[in-house]
Amino acid sequence: MTTNIKEKKYEAVAIGVSAGGLKALIKVFSNLPADFPIPIIVTQHLNPSEDSYLAEILNRITLLPVKEAMDKEKIKPGNIYIAPPNYHLLLERNETISLSNDEKVNYSRPSIDAMFESAAYAWSGNLIGIILTGASIDGANGIRVIKNFGGLTIAEDPKAAEYPMMPKTAVDTGAVDKILTLSEINKFLINLSGVDKRAE
Amino acid sequence: MAVSVRNGNMKIQDIENLEISLLLEAMYQRYGYDFRDYSRASVERRARQFLIKSGYKSISQMIPALLHDELFFQTLVREFSITVTEMFRDPGVYKVLKEKVFPVLKTYPFIKIWHAGCATGEEVYSLSILLREQGLYNRATIFATDFNDEALEKAKQGIYNLENVKQSTQNYQKAGGSESFSQYYHAKYDSIVIDKSLQKKITFANHNLVTDHSFGEMHLILCRNVLIYFNNTLQNRALNLFDYSLVPGGFLCLGNKESLLFWEKDKEYESIEDSAKIFQRKYLPECLNKTNDH
Ligand SMILES: C[S@@+](CC[C@H](N)C(=O)[O-])C[C@H]1O[C@@H](n2cnc3c(N)ncnc32)[C@H](O)[C@@H]1O
Repeated sequence: MTTNIKEKKYEAVAIGVSAGGLKALIKVFSNLPADFPIPIIVTQHLNPSEDSYLAEILNRITLLPVKEAMDKEKIKPGNIYIAPPNYHLLLERNETISLSNDEKVNYSRPSIDAMFESAAYAWSGNLIGIILTGASIDGANGIRVIKNFGGLTIAEDPKAAEYPMMPKTAVDTGAVDKILTLSEINKFLINLSGVDKRAE
Repeated sequence: MAVSVRNGNMKIQDIENLEISLLLEAMYQRYGYDFRDYSRASVERRARQFLIKSGYKSISQMIPALLHDELFFQTLVREFSITVTEMFRDPGVYKVLKEKVFPVLKTYPFIKIWHAGCATGEEVYSLSILLREQGLYNRATIFATDFNDEALEKAKQGIYNLENVKQSTQNYQKAGGSESFSQYYHAKYDSIVIDKSLQKKITFANHNLVTDHSFGEMHLILCRNVLIYFNNTLQNRALNLFDYSLVPGGFLCLGNKESLLFWEKDKEYESIEDSAKIFQRKYLPECLNKTNDH
């Protein structure tokens, strides 16, 4: 365990997003450096009958490899993993992904709460949880768990969000550390790779 | 395991992890149900959800109840086994079975099929319907197994909620059904009852993929949406069991998000259709010859 609190080392970013998600994710991921130091996992609510083109689209706008998460896949730094439609994306403590067909949570599968909670248990205080636009309450509980375990929590500014309900519900829990616009979140992520390099 | 003196500040997540290990150990040693190699994240979620419902204060507090109260054990097993299923789930998969697997099955005088993890039986009846429509049902012997007795009981009865019938009918059509779905059931109050003639060739039985063994050679094994709940070790065990139970040239059908990728015998199987997760066991001697020829 490190005692250096200022240069806290984050090990993963988890992002939850719903309605308005594609546009928001494109902004958040633009210009991320190819050597982004940690993995990013994303749960985006999708229509279950749709095939997921999200990974394909995002692949075109960022240098980082974006892929639909596979069951029992090992998480690698600098990769972006998207929950497949109709499956919860869960994180294991050994940094592999497990997919699950469990009941919907908050009417959603994949559920942001399910991902956030398992990620919080896997990475404890070294996790950054980000909640973006959406017309749902999913993710608010998960944000609270991340915060409880000492992780950093960020919400898109509800005033600027295309669909404010989801980030607002998260903010209302009192467990959100930073309220930022999409471009501020983008900047925050870009800086993250800089900070990480200095710390090494 | 290394024994070290701990400083009292073990994180609550780690304490909970320890509690879950103890709970699973108790369940295994007391009842023989082994969840120790299940996907841990999934088991943890279920355990936490169960804790909230049960009114206990911590996971370890449930251990005495588990040890001494068999009913409590049964409720817990129910919580740990996810039996979500539907008629012709992923209809595209049935279509591929019909178009690419049935023609091979037709070349056998009799066919043995195993549904491992059949839950409440919808998958078994769905396939039976297609087998019948393709003239294969009468030469089929079908084994449908699960480790959840309650689910098996429902499967045997073949009584399902009327609410889902519209979805089932749509799925049936997408799956390439050639008749009308309504001829396979009759409605009774708010349920549908599956036609008894479809049960003739099906044997339902309790079988645990963690602890039980093979029970014969199969031409087709379906194990869909079960392996995702296992960790890598257990996935490998189950896949080895299927491998052992399949005739050369036999077929294995997994769930949409399941694969052979992390299994050491991956190379001994050929993908019939990637999107449907249907694999054919290679006729090994032939395939060895082939590699010698090169
Ligand atoms: C999600 S259901 C899948 C049902 C069906 N195959 C489908 O795809 O719709 C998973 C089933 O696997 C069963 N299962 C879980 N662990 C098992 C084990 N160790 N042995 C046998 N069945 C198991 C559960 O009881 C449950 O009924």
